[in-house]
Amino acid sequence: MGYKMKTWILAAVAVILMVLYVVYGLTGNLDYILPRRLLKLLAICLTGGAIAFATTIFMTITNNRILTPSVLGLDSLYMLVQTIIIFFFGSNMMVLLGGTVNYLISIMCMVLFSLVLYQFLFKGEKNNIYFLLLVGMILGTFFGSFTDFMQVLIDPNEFMIVQDRMFASINNVNTDLLYISIGIIVLTFIYFMRFYKYLDVLALGREEAINLGVPYHYVVKRLLIIVVILISVATALIGPITFLGLLVVNVSYELMKTYRHFYIIWGAVLISIIALVGGQFLVERLFTFSTTISVIINFIGGLYFIYLLLKENRKW
Amino acid sequence: MVKLKSVFKAYNQKKVIEDVSLEIEKGTITSFIGPNGAGKSTLVSMISRLISKDGGAITIDGQDIMHTKNNEMAKKISILKQTNAVNLKLTIRELVSFGRFPYSQGKLTKVDEAKIDEAIDYMELRDMQDRYLDELSGGQRQRAHIAMVIAQDTEYILLDEPLNNLDMRHSVQIMKTLRNLVNEMGKTILLVIHDINFASCYSDHIVALKDGKIVKQGRTCDVIDRCVLKDIYDMDIDIKEIDGRKICDYF
Repeated sequence: MGYKMKTWILAAVAVILMVLYVVYGLTGNLDYILPRRLLKLLAICLTGGAIAFATTIFMTITNNRILTPSVLGLDSLYMLVQTIIIFFFGSNMMVLLGGTVNYLISIMCMVLFSLVLYQFLFKGEKNNIYFLLLVGMILGTFFGSFTDFMQVLIDPNEFMIVQDRMFASINNVNTDLLYISIGIIVLTFIYFMRFYKYLDVLALGREEAINLGVPYHYVVKRLLIIVVILISVATALIGPITFLGLLVVNVSYELMKTYRHFYIIWGAVLISIIALVGGQFLVERLFTFSTTISVIINFIGGLYFIYLLLKENRKW
Repeated sequence: MVKLKSVFKAYNQKKVIEDVSLEIEKGTITSFIGPNGAGKSTLVSMISRLISKDGGAITIDGQDIMHTKNNEMAKKISILKQTNAVNLKLTIRELVSFGRFPYSQGKLTKVDEAKIDEAIDYMELRDMQDRYLDELSGGQRQRAHIAMVIAQDTEYILLDEPLNNLDMRHSVQIMKTLRNLVNEMGKTILLVIHDINFASCYSDHIVALKDGKIVKQGRTCDVIDRCVLKDIYDMDIDIKEIDGRKICDYF
């Protein structure tokens, strides 16, 4: 079966699930339920797509298929920002700030953090990506511990609010945020198109890329910024869910069996949408909201990760 | 012509290349020899832009390698490293197609396809062009990589230990191919090589390095000399002439 056929089949499955999600059990006040469901669906596709897309790029520039952008410490930074706001200003402040301001603050913190990280790390040459990952991991752990520390100190009621944000959830997506996110993602994507042609070559590794005339530092730095923006938007919109990326990009590589990023990216985006829409469908209809989507994704993702580790003796 | 002028490189405080100046003529094979850690690979990596230099100047046909557009340089000079472990699911033909990237930017034209066919035929890979790289033997994979370099169609080709892990038959095959590339296509080849007998039999010029400095450079017959080799390797090497070729007996 060709790549095109596989892509179309994935697209068909995704569309069927979307229709099912919107139509299933559609009773009562349609004017109220239908727009809400459509908005949720839009949020799911947007975040799912952004995460799959960003993770594919990230794996290509690091030449590593078990790394996700979460090793940069973005998830933990997001949690830290949320906890700090509540720790210092209380949950009232959260309400007062409103979703939009909190969202923009979170994104800005994440992007700024990454920029500082790159500025500091991109001075030399050679193996900097691994150093970047190391620093990202250490800082991520630091943020995590610091977050825990503050969460222990705050009022239990306030903690409930923080805890609510620890798990990705699509049940209360803010419409304003959704529109801003679409804008940011579309702009990022337009910017990305300039670098698209380099992806296949970058996958060959740094030396081959330079040999073939890719302005390596220039391109990789910008691609990393694109990754960070996409991940930040997705995280700020529905919460930490980057584990999903590891899952969908690897499934896409396994399924497509090609190096061409055009198909890998489309495959990953569609699988991501299938996983999220399917997962959300289960959460809402089967578990009747007794769990969140990230629990399901992390469960399946964890199993898949163990599978990846077990077969690691095989060369990828 | 490749020109190096007082090139210098240091990692932290340790100098790995000190004040290296040399000129490489067009249409020749130049071998870099020397003991491990002499800085051969570092020098070749600097000429091919893989690592930056800390001082001096490198020019190719009068153009400074760091101030010329990456894409233009990629049409002039290519490198094949000793570690070419591509971990992608690629067929030989797909790998060779990557060699056209500097020209096509990913969209292959008819001219590109023709060049790819030519490179594949040149390396006699036609029958196996659709096989995956991870199914090939070391010798076949090396030929596939050389085909990619041929497809890149650069005037200057750098190879970092191209005979690594190859048996004698494949080594000779690769060296003959390189010789043909110079004789038939007018390429200029620079290679790092450990086996001094291969260097002696196939190259026009030899540059001998030790501790980051040039010990001796010149025509092959001048460098393959008992005193010079003693200087480089600290070994007494007996040199015998067989059919006009100097063979070193270092065993």
